[in-house]
Amino acid sequence: MNNGRYGEYGGQYISETLMNELLYLEEQYNHYINDPEFVEELNTLLKEYAGRPSLLYYAERMTEDLGGAKIYLKREDLNHTGAHKINNVLGQVLLAKKMGKTRVIAETGAGQHGVATATAAALLDMECEVFMGEVDTKRQALNVYRMELLGAKVHSVKSGTKTLKDAVNDAFRDWIARVHDTNYVIGSTMGPHPFPMIVRDFQAVISAEAREQFIEKEGRLPNAVIACVGGGSNAMGAFYNFIDDEDVKLIGCEAGGKGIDTPFNAAALTKGKIGIFHGMKSMFNQGEYGQIAPVYSVSAGLDYPGVGPEHAYLRDTGRAEYVPITDEEAVNAFEYLSRMEGIIPAIESAHAVAYAMKIAPQMDENDMIMVCLSGRGDKDVRSIAEYRGVDLGE
Amino acid sequence: MSKIANAFENGKAFIGFLTAGDPTIEKTVEYILAMEEAGCDLIEIGIPFSDPMAEGVVIQDANVRALKHNTTTDDVFDIVKAVREKTDVPLVFLTYINPVFFYGYEKFFKKCGELGVDGIISPDLPYEEKDEISEIARKNDVDVISLIAPTSKERIQKIAADATGFIYVVSSLGVTGMRSEIKTDLNSILEDIRDVTDLPLAVGFGINTPKQAHDIGKIADGVIVGSAIVKIIEEHGENAADALKDYVSSMKKAANE
Repeated sequence: MNNGRYGEYGGQYISETLMNELLYLEEQYNHYINDPEFVEELNTLLKEYAGRPSLLYYAERMTEDLGGAKIYLKREDLNHTGAHKINNVLGQVLLAKKMGKTRVIAETGAGQHGVATATAAALLDMECEVFMGEVDTKRQALNVYRMELLGAKVHSVKSGTKTLKDAVNDAFRDWIARVHDTNYVIGSTMGPHPFPMIVRDFQAVISAEAREQFIEKEGRLPNAVIACVGGGSNAMGAFYNFIDDEDVKLIGCEAGGKGIDTPFNAAALTKGKIGIFHGMKSMFNQGEYGQIAPVYSVSAGLDYPGVGPEHAYLRDTGRAEYVPITDEEAVNAFEYLSRMEGIIPAIESAHAVAYAMKIAPQMDENDMIMVCLSGRGDKDVRSIAEYRGVDLGE
Repeated sequence: MSKIANAFENGKAFIGFLTAGDPTIEKTVEYILAMEEAGCDLIEIGIPFSDPMAEGVVIQDANVRALKHNTTTDDVFDIVKAVREKTDVPLVFLTYINPVFFYGYEKFFKKCGELGVDGIISPDLPYEEKDEISEIARKNDVDVISLIAPTSKERIQKIAADATGFIYVVSSLGVTGMRSEIKTDLNSILEDIRDVTDLPLAVGFGINTPKQAHDIGKIADGVIVGSAIVKIIEEHGENAADALKDYVSSMKKAANE
């Protein structure tokens, strides 16, 4: 990759204070990712600790009910800590430790990445601080407590919109002050180079496994891979090893919120414009003068006004397509998968399930769809109850 | 040729920062003129941004205040226009790159050139990405001011060799904001830079007291103050002119003692 560019996207738009550290991170990453000992250590953690490989599950009842393509779920929800986030943090925290750092920081929206980072930090004996928007600490209070149980310190971020983008701002502000002993374990395929590359590579295990599993179970690859996209890490991981398989359609599902014709969505590829923010050139939801727009989604994990640069590139080249899914469609899918398969998906992942429900009936019975079930939905039960007007009490 | 060199002709330069539109467009014009009158040699005008990642809380809050009443990039150009009717004091924009990118580089720098904006400082445009604007800025006689940080080390060579206007030396790690003590070995950083360039070197981040201005004045060509000025505006609101004048003249004096 030419200095972190994906077409015109990507780059390193960040404070001079951080530049040497980013260059050092890239050098160290390139060293360790080619070091058989590091790779072995990471693979052992993924297998023995995170529970990989994750299952490729044939959703038979869902398939029969929808009447069309066969639906497979890539069960990232079964990983330790309940989401795909652990794949990336085990890699990044292990790398930080090898680099001699003693402290890691992270941003989190829904709390999944924060919990995963706190978990890896506990396991690898690193100090951990997590930045989380005040709004998100309220809608995901259980995850705040979970992080604290794991020994992390959680900062409630009160600036700006008090959500994920502001948590990223504060994480960068912290890092600028403590580059000497701290690595920023970024949670998605975003930020300045080398982060989008590092996170993609650590998440690519999803598609590497899925490809083999499809060949083993079905003797061929799926016709479509569907994943939800906030910053885009589970989608990048689910797409990556299928990019050269041109017959496999790659579809990302963005947060359509209350609709893309309202201001209440977080669909950066559908509604955003090209811009430069959080260290990268990519697509962002922004106002008339390039002010970053407040965004909205029922899902805290997709509530981000931008998207990783490689997704913008895959969109421009036509290799992947991106569709908005509304809150209502996602909540319906959340309930549908729970009843139909006994699997409560994360509300983020439910966006991908919703799109599979739309297209499966239009496809042939011999076709196959893989949905990346990026996380489990226990964390969302309260907010979905609220969405449906069910009072669960205090 | 920009007017930035003029800022360093009158002893040690005092460079003051304020956020455009805080508390209002009209007051920003008044405060720029007040600071100039009190001895400010160069004024940095911050274009407000929703997500000022390199700023501490004081300047973050100023951005919020300015955006609350929708201060736009065009409003900031109006401020420059009004200031230019009264004074030739060197002016530079401090702006995150997205508002500039969104406005359109051609249109933005053409306007800077026409209105007499002498330079631009962008905290999220490091050496590696400067090609975004360097050519267009040069064409319009706008200096792109380079930042050098305590972590820059061997990068100093290429950054300083390429720099124009003056060099903004970041005093310490972290975001902007007042600090009681600056622990960086500034002397050796300044020496390393001077080995490469004859451009004036101004030090900023964390400076707020006359004592600090005095200490920096001994080793650098200019002292940059942001958060302390913004704090005065925050406290005095629409009646900050006198307090600003007092502060600026005391700092200018201390830097030259």
